[in-house]
Amino acid sequence: MWRYTAKRLFQGIVTVWFIATATFIAMHLVPGDPLASDKAVSPEIRANLEAKYGLDKSGIEQYFIYLGNLAQGDFGISFVQKNRLVNDIIREHFPVSATLGLLAVVFAGLGGVLWGALTALYRNRLPDVIIMFLVILGISVPSFVVAAISQLGLVNLNTLLGVTLLPVGGWGSVAHMLVPSLVLGLSTMAYLTRLMRSSMLEIVNSDFVRTAKAKGLPPTRIFTKHQLRNAVLPVITVLGPAIAAITTGGFVVELVFAIPGLGRYFVQAVQQLDYTVIMGTTVFYGAFLVFMVIAVDIIYGLVDPRVRLN
Amino acid sequence: MAESYRAEDFEPLHVDQATQTLSRPSLSYWQDAWVRLKANRRALFSLYIVLALLAFTLFGPMLWTVDPASQDLDQVSQPPWADRSATLVAPYEPWQGEPAEPGSGLHAAQTPNTQAVRLVWEPMGNAEGGYRIYRNVFAIGPEKAYGLPLGEQFDAALTYFEDRLDLKSASYYYTVVPLNRYGDELEGAVTREIAVRNAITISHAEKRGLLTEGHTAQVGDSITLAAHPLGTDYLGRDMLARLMYGARVSLFIGIVAPFLYVILGVAWGATAGFLGGRMDGLMMRFADFVVALPFLLFMILFKIMFGIGPGESGIMPMLIAMVILSWPATSRLVRGQILQIREEGYIGASRLLGAKTNYLVLRHMIPNTMGVILVTLTFAVPSAIFTEAFLSFIGMGVAPPTPSWGSMCNEGIKTMLTTPHELIFPAVFISITVLAFNLLGDGLRDALDARMRSRE
Repeated sequence: MWRYTAKRLFQGIVTVWFIATATFIAMHLVPGDPLASDKAVSPEIRANLEAKYGLDKSGIEQYFIYLGNLAQGDFGISFVQKNRLVNDIIREHFPVSATLGLLAVVFAGLGGVLWGALTALYRNRLPDVIIMFLVILGISVPSFVVAAISQLGLVNLNTLLGVTLLPVGGWGSVAHMLVPSLVLGLSTMAYLTRLMRSSMLEIVNSDFVRTAKAKGLPPTRIFTKHQLRNAVLPVITVLGPAIAAITTGGFVVELVFAIPGLGRYFVQAVQQLDYTVIMGTTVFYGAFLVFMVIAVDIIYGLVDPRVRLN
Repeated sequence: MAESYRAEDFEPLHVDQATQTLSRPSLSYWQDAWVRLKANRRALFSLYIVLALLAFTLFGPMLWTVDPASQDLDQVSQPPWADRSATLVAPYEPWQGEPAEPGSGLHAAQTPNTQAVRLVWEPMGNAEGGYRIYRNVFAIGPEKAYGLPLGEQFDAALTYFEDRLDLKSASYYYTVVPLNRYGDELEGAVTREIAVRNAITISHAEKRGLLTEGHTAQVGDSITLAAHPLGTDYLGRDMLARLMYGARVSLFIGIVAPFLYVILGVAWGATAGFLGGRMDGLMMRFADFVVALPFLLFMILFKIMFGIGPGESGIMPMLIAMVILSWPATSRLVRGQILQIREEGYIGASRLLGAKTNYLVLRHMIPNTMGVILVTLTFAVPSAIFTEAFLSFIGMGVAPPTPSWGSMCNEGIKTMLTTPHELIFPAVFISITVLAFNLLGDGLRDALDARMRSRE
């Protein structure tokens, strides 16, 4: 297990290096330079500015400085907002995105397992048909449409009740988080429901369930002890990619619900061509996702002994 | 006891012809798949929807020949069920106001229409500094949100106001608030709902081709404005035409990008799987790295890399970025298949008969992975359409004036409270397309590939 963990971590570091390099190359292929949008400056001032940001050095040199800074966890200074560190931006806005994402993953995971198990139990009966119809709908409707419609629903609900039961946008209290995280987790929930259903159907017909029935265990015990626990395993494997999908999907939800998360900040930085912020957030997000996937894999190894043996 | 054998005992048995014929005609793999797909009602229906969408975007513009970029400023943000009749009016003439009848309150002095709404009201006792006039599209609730401040009259004696600001055929809530001499708002605001009707001058109607040459229409007559089956957007552009042209961008990206990256993935995966050994490991490790790149962030980076700033259209960069970033999943799948097929007996037999590598790959390996590839392709289409819509929605994809379903949603969401049809129509089109491709993919998977068939 330790060897496996060490190997995966090493792979993760190499992957992050690859992401950092790809980002660096991509940003250096951008035509024009970061100072071009500034006011017309004299060559001396320009030279000074370039020296300040290290732009007067060769590409290779810049690359190594960049890697060195990254290794120390330093993402540089924002080009657009003077005197603002990219680290500060991430420190300020990432917790918001992470809270939202975490809540969405919890919703998606719990919902997916619950609905999936229900559809398998009521296979080809009314609950199954209704839930699977909703699942197909959840997969087919884009998240921004779901976000917009739920926001419209909130407005109507609040006017109907005459009080602000759940706020329409913004961030701060638990009430702010509920609807956006539900919207964010919806498509993943739909996907997990499908997965859970097929995995559950497979388990229902397995030998050990038949044995459990034969020795006279009550159905609820078979359901919780034998079926659910085994059926959940494949769901855990896709949780890593699901976290990735949810974090990047957060962009839209953050935009629609006016949540001050990192995704919204990234979109804003792209619109302002704030190079260091773009690079910093990309590498940070990339590293976060890579290590999330690794963490899920390691947890999977702990949960399911069969994986460790391979 | 000894039995004697006769000569006829050694004659061959009579061969029954019936046992030799097959009860059903022999079907090829693709014929069999087609039969199974036809039996799946849901998948077949999805296939029809996909075909209908293609017809909608390819032949639709021939039938509905409205330019998606032309503006109909008489009908801005009109839902399809809007009243399209308009009254012919005389050209605009300035209005000097008139006093209100006592006891009439706030009301329109003349028939309110989209040319002008002329308000008059009775003087208010407390209004020392005049009045401020507001307009709202929603009813005024207890929070007293009067809406858009239209203007002020800084003389309590001037109890009239003319509104010509961007009027549409709708109901407006006009509010007149009395002001004190410092311009602060006082109690005693009066609100009145006024329904505004479409109006058009004769010369303008002629210009727009609504009246034919030699017409005898007069002021006061009613005419019908240009038809917009799905309404108009916030710039008065025809939604149906925009949806048709938008479908081109969405479906082009949605079909061409997956097609290209599946080909790239097949080539990469087949090469890796066939070469095997060290080269295979190296190629697959590289694919793993590309998978790890945060997809949407790099889509956006690519856009910047191609020198396309925010607010500019970039269909090609979007396509290239999708191809570069999305191939690894397919390549992994194809490699797995190839590795499996490589060990099959018929490959060995073919090699024994002197088949060359090219022949093996093209004749045996690719055709045998075709089912998996086709299924991947069908599932890749909705995700590509989603990506395009997502990027256009956050303003990173297709930019105005080019319509795409995603950018239409982006424009529609801004006015979703007042004119929801601008958001709903493109959203419905995206959803139906994605739904159809997903169900078709399910059906194809069940029909084509026994190994991937969902167990039910």
